[in-house]
Amino acid sequence: MDNAQLLISGLANGCVYGLIALGFVLIYKAAEAVNFAQGDFMMLGAFVTIGLTNTEYMGLPFWMALPISLGIMGALGYLLDRLIIRRLFGESQTAVVILTIALGFVIRFAAGLIWGHEPQTLQNPLAGKEVRFGGLVLGMEDVAVIVVTILLTWGLYVFFSRTKLGLAMQGASQNQLAAYYMGIPVKRVQGFIWALAGVVAGIAGILFAAKGSVDPTTGLLGIKAFAAAVIGGFGSLPGALAGGLIVGVIEPFASRYIAAGYSQIAPYALLLAVLIFRPNGLFSQVRVKKV
Amino acid sequence: MRIVFKTNYMQDIRPWKDAYQLCLYLILLAVVAAAPWWLDDFYLGELTNVLIWAIAGLGLMILTGHTGQVSLGHAAFLAFGCYANVILLEAGVPFLIAFPLAGILTGLAGVTVAIPALRLHGIYLAIFTMALSILMDDVIVLAEPITGGVAGKYLGGVEIFGFLVDRWGTPVQFFWLVLGVAMLVTLGYINLLRAPLGRSFIAVRDSEVSAQAMGVDIARTKMISFALSCAVCGWAGALMGMYSGAFNNETFSVLISIQLLMMIVIGGLGSIHGAFLGAIVIGFLPQFLSISKEYVGAVFGGNTVAIPGLEFGIFGMILIAFILFEPMGLYGRWLKIRTWFELFPFYRKDMFKRQKSYLKTERLR
Repeated sequence: MDNAQLLISGLANGCVYGLIALGFVLIYKAAEAVNFAQGDFMMLGAFVTIGLTNTEYMGLPFWMALPISLGIMGALGYLLDRLIIRRLFGESQTAVVILTIALGFVIRFAAGLIWGHEPQTLQNPLAGKEVRFGGLVLGMEDVAVIVVTILLTWGLYVFFSRTKLGLAMQGASQNQLAAYYMGIPVKRVQGFIWALAGVVAGIAGILFAAKGSVDPTTGLLGIKAFAAAVIGGFGSLPGALAGGLIVGVIEPFASRYIAAGYSQIAPYALLLAVLIFRPNGLFSQVRVKKV
Repeated sequence: MRIVFKTNYMQDIRPWKDAYQLCLYLILLAVVAAAPWWLDDFYLGELTNVLIWAIAGLGLMILTGHTGQVSLGHAAFLAFGCYANVILLEAGVPFLIAFPLAGILTGLAGVTVAIPALRLHGIYLAIFTMALSILMDDVIVLAEPITGGVAGKYLGGVEIFGFLVDRWGTPVQFFWLVLGVAMLVTLGYINLLRAPLGRSFIAVRDSEVSAQAMGVDIARTKMISFALSCAVCGWAGALMGMYSGAFNNETFSVLISIQLLMMIVIGGLGSIHGAFLGAIVIGFLPQFLSISKEYVGAVFGGNTVAIPGLEFGIFGMILIAFILFEPMGLYGRWLKIRTWFELFPFYRKDMFKRQKSYLKTERLR
């Protein structure tokens, strides 16, 4: 029973990692770039919602603040691409990596300036409610996190594999020149995907802030989400979720069954092991590199 | 405009272009070596710090700037070098043996890391090295009997040929030690770049496929690049340990790795000058910020309370500006200015235009 409780809390945490990893994968899938600031985006989404909802700030009703903050995050993602990332079009991936790391610093600084450095929690209608399920006690927020994550992953998966726009995105990343020939507006598609990644980060932030507290350094959680994305194989949406769940579940079990000091190593050790033995992730998409 | 008229093939691979350039750098060296006479102890310490960062930057530059392998984990090797140096010194090994040995051991550690890292490209390598840097923190805590764990270790002065070299007691001697190491590393680097090995590094950076076609053993080249890069970083780490005097697992956090990478990007990837210019920015930015904050406070009468994270925030903005407007860094900007003067009035806007390419994925599904 104890283990089941650990498993559930691990799954809920893992879903948050999975959501951040989804953001990585979205951008990687459509723009062949990696957004190292995705974790900070999540933190920003959480703070934007806190700023709209919490009584000490604007005090809007939760369900009204939700779409507004997601809209703000989407707009921020789009503007980021429009104003900064698009200028790097045609440069190496490394440039984008370094740029987004720098962006993470700036976002963390700005969030600290606006909302302060104290940990804060999102006031939400789900807080404090519990679900009892055959002896297990689940927080309502945990249930919400798990349900929303699964729905979102499924929705994005269908979007990428079925819709015209999703296919256009995949094409735009697989071969930009060929995508141009096929009439895909590559730059506009990339702008859209950054906006989408902003929205996903916003959702992750809201769920995270409802579950626990956020402060400007929360974005460093993104490093664990890297582990999730890599384990799942960058470029696979269900893989990202699976990777997130694996990392999330390993953490509580490691801290329970492995000596203190060794337990927090577990996610990174797993990341290194995956990179060493299966460099393209467990759900690999790379077959043979061609010239 | 200065035109170098070449009369001998040896001139192509000489470390300096002509006597004029050689003179310039010798004068620079003389001015810096004489710093104890024209700087007070505080700024001498800062200059020492800049030189140590420059050595670390040179180390990362070998790997990232010239071999094209992005590493977000070089703080781990700084830590390794620092601890190796201190542990050897504590075991009674004289400094002149312990210090080079610390670098060599770090280089060997780098090779161990390079073996699995050889299969990784681009972002995967960046993530791999970043995880390594995070793990190093925990490893230092776990290896407490050797490393002192969270309590850390202390290092006083060391003795070289009977002279005491100590950061606080004899800052001048310590400055000369650091300057000497920086000079040796730089000379080694210059020689590396004109040797076949350095050329093959650059070939691997520019195109692995063409390098392979030209007969470059990619795995071996990358491995040597890792080893050299880590060895130099090990020396920088050992000097950092001596500079700060006390250090523990958090001294060499992953933030230091990121800062190091950003430093060489600001300075200019793929140039020796870049490491030094970037180190100057990193070293003097905190001083500059605190001075300008005082100034702003004095002029506008506002508060001078510390803003947490300001340094990193400003640093991030500088970096974004550089990547957008000057991807070749400070050294690239200097090259452009120099060319403008040398070619006046014939400089054209697109002379340094970089070739852009369409991305293609390696994923096929």
